[in-house]
Amino acid sequence: MIDRVKLTHLQRLEAEAIDVMREVVAEAENPVMLYSIGKDSSVMLHLARKAFHPAPPPFPFLHVDTTWKFQDMYRFRERMVAEHGFDLLVHVNEDGLARGINPFDSGSVVHTDVMKTEGLKQALDKYGFDAAFGGARRDEERSRAKERIFSFRSAQHRWDPKNQRPELWRLYNARHRRGESMRVFPLSNWTELDVWLYIYLEQIPIVPLYFAAERPVVMRDGTMIMVDDERMPLEAGEVPELKTVRFRTLGCYPLTGAVESSAATLPEIIQEMLLAKTSERQGRVIDHDAAASMEKKKVEGYF
Amino acid sequence: MEVDSRRVGTQGDDLDFALLLDGLAAEREQGITIDVAYRFFSTDTRKYIVADTPGHEQYTRNMVTGASTADCALILVDARKGVLTQTRRHSYLVWLLGIRHVAVAVNKMDLVDFAEERFAEIAAEYGEFAAQLGLEDVTLIPMSALRGDNIVDASDAMPWYGGPTLMQYLEAVEVDQERMQDAPFRLPVQWVNRPSSDFRGFTGTVAGGSVAPGDRVVVLPRGQETTVDRIVTFDGDLERAVAGQAVTLTLADEIDVSRGDVIAPVEAPAQVGDQFEATVVWMADEPLLRGRTYLMRVGTKTVAATVAPIKYKLDVDTLDRIAANHLELNAIGVVNVELSEPIAFDPYVENRDTGGFILIDRITNHTVGAGLLHFALRRSHNVPWQSVEVDRAARAGAKGQQPFVVWLTGLPGAGKSSIANAVERRLHALGRHTFMLDGDNVRHGLSKDLGFSDADRAENNRRAAEVTKILTDAGLIVIAAFVSPFSADRATTRALFGEDEFLEVFVDVPPEVAVERDTKGLYAKARDGGLANLTGIGSTYEPPESPEVHLEMASLGIEAAADTIVAALEERGLL
Repeated sequence: MIDRVKLTHLQRLEAEAIDVMREVVAEAENPVMLYSIGKDSSVMLHLARKAFHPAPPPFPFLHVDTTWKFQDMYRFRERMVAEHGFDLLVHVNEDGLARGINPFDSGSVVHTDVMKTEGLKQALDKYGFDAAFGGARRDEERSRAKERIFSFRSAQHRWDPKNQRPELWRLYNARHRRGESMRVFPLSNWTELDVWLYIYLEQIPIVPLYFAAERPVVMRDGTMIMVDDERMPLEAGEVPELKTVRFRTLGCYPLTGAVESSAATLPEIIQEMLLAKTSERQGRVIDHDAAASMEKKKVEGYF
Repeated sequence: MEVDSRRVGTQGDDLDFALLLDGLAAEREQGITIDVAYRFFSTDTRKYIVADTPGHEQYTRNMVTGASTADCALILVDARKGVLTQTRRHSYLVWLLGIRHVAVAVNKMDLVDFAEERFAEIAAEYGEFAAQLGLEDVTLIPMSALRGDNIVDASDAMPWYGGPTLMQYLEAVEVDQERMQDAPFRLPVQWVNRPSSDFRGFTGTVAGGSVAPGDRVVVLPRGQETTVDRIVTFDGDLERAVAGQAVTLTLADEIDVSRGDVIAPVEAPAQVGDQFEATVVWMADEPLLRGRTYLMRVGTKTVAATVAPIKYKLDVDTLDRIAANHLELNAIGVVNVELSEPIAFDPYVENRDTGGFILIDRITNHTVGAGLLHFALRRSHNVPWQSVEVDRAARAGAKGQQPFVVWLTGLPGAGKSSIANAVERRLHALGRHTFMLDGDNVRHGLSKDLGFSDADRAENNRRAAEVTKILTDAGLIVIAAFVSPFSADRATTRALFGEDEFLEVFVDVPPEVAVERDTKGLYAKARDGGLANLTGIGSTYEPPESPEVHLEMASLGIEAAADTIVAALEERGLL
C-alpha cells in the first residue's frame, strides 16, 4: 500500500472551491464571477486561474460599482485587469446615479439597495447570466450559515431560505429554467482566517487598505470612517484625524469602518485575526440596520 | 448573541448556546432549527465544520444532507432520558450514510449526580443497538456541556471515566478522505479542458485512491484503455495525486472522454451497470412513484432514471421492512432503478462519491431524493460495455421501424397466443419485421429445465423478458404472450424497456370462461391431478392494475381484440 498523503485543510478547501467552479462551467450556459475587489474576490480570481489552468477562466468578471468605493480599490482593480487580462465588466446603476442616490443623503439602506442590489439585478438581466459566483462565506453571518453552495434564485432574483435544495455529498444541482439563476459560493466553507492564511501562503495581491497605515478618519456613530475623497461632507467642527488604521473588509468607503491597528504585514494581520473576537462584518454599517437585516437583503437579491 | 439571547431568553440570564446554532429569523421566533447550518471552529491541529441538523422526525432529509459529507457523527443523549426513539433514528441514519466514527455524548450528567451506574446503563443499551446496526466505532463520553465537564478537560466530577474528552476524541478521529486514499483510484470526469488543439485535459476531483503518470487506466463505461500522461496543475505537474485533490489529467492516447465518464485503474475498474438496487431517501412533498422517471446525478454523470419496483420501505424506528408502492417525504426505501444508459459506479459502501446519487424532478428541477447504490442487477455488471457502432438504433433504422413490445398477460386459455398471432399477421401485412414469443416456444427450449413453482415461473418470466429485450435490440417488434401471473415480474420486465416501447395488454377472461375454453386441455389435466400449480387453479394470478390495453374477452372476439391492439399502437405513433 502506498503511504497516505496528508492534505492540509487549506488544500482541501482549495480543491473544493476548484471543484465547484468547474462544476458551474460544466453546467451553466452563461456564468459570471462577481468581482468586488476585496480580499475574497482576490482569492476567487486566484482560484479561478487555478481551476482552469492552462486555459484562462472561461467566464467574464463583473464589478457592480456603486461609485463610492475607496480610490485605492479602483486603482487595484485596474492593476489586476492589466496583469491578468481578464474580461472585466463594470456596471453602474445609472438610474440610481441620476436620482442622486448616495450614502450620505439617502442613508445606507437605500444606497445599498439601489446601487448594489438593484445594480446587480440590472447587470445579471442585461447580460443574461444564469450563474454568478460570489465570494460569500458561511462564517460571515448567521443567515449565510444555512445557504447552499449552489443557491437557487427565482426569475425575480429572490432567495427562498425555506425552500432550498438539499445539497448532498459533492452533488450539486445547478438545473434551472430559463430566467432563473444560481448564485454559487465556492468559499462557503472558508473562514476569515482561512482566507488570510491562503492569501499569505499563495502570495495573493490584495488592496493596500487591508494593511495598517496612517489615514485620515472621523468618528461617525461609533464607526471610524475614512475621508477618502472630497465628496465626504464634514460636519461642523469635524476635523479628520490621522490614525494608524486598517480595514478588515472593504465596501463603500462611507459605510466601511476602519479598525485601529498596527498590522502592516500578512503575518501581523493573521496574528490579529487569531486574537479577534468580533466578526469582520462588524465594520459594515449596513448590517446593523435591523435584526436579520442580511437575511432580508438576501431574500431581495443582495449577494 | 447576547442581544438575541436576552430577547428570546429560553435560558434565563445565561447565554443560550442553541442560539449560536439557530440562524434564520423565522426559526428564532419559533425557537426551532429548521434546516442544516454549517459552523466552524478550529484547534491547533484541525479545522472543524459542524453540520448542525435538527432532530425532529420530519427533518430526516436535513439529517441525511448533513450526514452525507461528515467524517464523524456526534449524537447527543440526555443522561436523564437515555436512549430514545430519536437516538435510534439518528444512529440508523448515521449508519446508512456510512459515517464510520460515532461519538455519543451523554450530556447533562450533572443532573444525574454524575452517576457511573447511569452512564453504564446507557452505554449498555446503546451498545446493543449499535451492534444490531453494525456501527463499528462507537465512543460514549459522559459530559455536561453546561459546566464543561469532559468537553476539553477531563472532569473532576467523573473520576471513574477513563476515556477521551470530546475534544480529545475529535482531535484523533480518522478523516474519511485520508482513508479513501487506500481505495482504488477513481476520477469522475467533470469538465474537459481544451484551450487549444494541442492540449486536452480531463478535470475532476480524485474520488478515491491515487494516480501517477504512467498508470494504465480504463475510461468507463465504454472501456477504452490508455495511460496517464501528465497530472497538470497551476502549480506545476504532480508526480502523484490522491483522493480529495482537484486535478487535470492528460492521457497518452486520443480517445473520446466526456463529462460523466470515470477514469479508473485497469486492474481495479469501477463496475458498469444500468439497473441497480438502491436505498432512496425521499425529500419532496410529492411522493416517489414507481414508474416515474427522474434525472439521476451520480458522480459527474446525469442520466434518466426510472424507479422500477419499490421493494420495501423501512420503519426507521423499528428497522422493520414494510411493503410500499410509493415513498412519501422523509421515507426511506429500497428500490430498483433503471437508467437510460449504463454508468460507471461503485457500491456506496465502498465509495460515497461514485455510489451516492441525487434524484432531480425533470419539471421543477428540484432535488427530490437522495440515494445509495447497492449493486447492479443483471449479470452484465462486471463487464464494461463494448463500444459497438452498429447499435440498436442502427439495426432498427435498417428495418425502417421502431422496435417495441406488446406483452400479453392473462390466465391460461384466455386467448393470448391466438390474439398474438392475429396481431403479428396484421403487422406483417404492414411490412413490419416481427417476432412472436409465447409460453410454448420458450418452455420447450430455453426454459425446459424449469417447472411451475413460483420461483421457476419468475425465472421463466425473466428469461422471456431478456429474450424479448435481445429481439428488440435486434430491431424487431416483439409480440409476447405469457401468463406472467405476478405483477412484480411484469414490472421487472417493463423496467427493461423505455417508457414508450412497452405495451402491456391484459387479456381478461372470467376464470370460468377460461376453464370452459381450455384450448390446450390444461384445466382438464389439472382437475385430473396431472398438473399441479396451474394458474387459476393451484396458483394465483395477480391482474395488472393499469395495463396500456385492457381486453375484456367476455365481449370481444380474437380479431376484434387484435384490432384494438393495433389501434392502440397507432395512437401511440408506433406504427
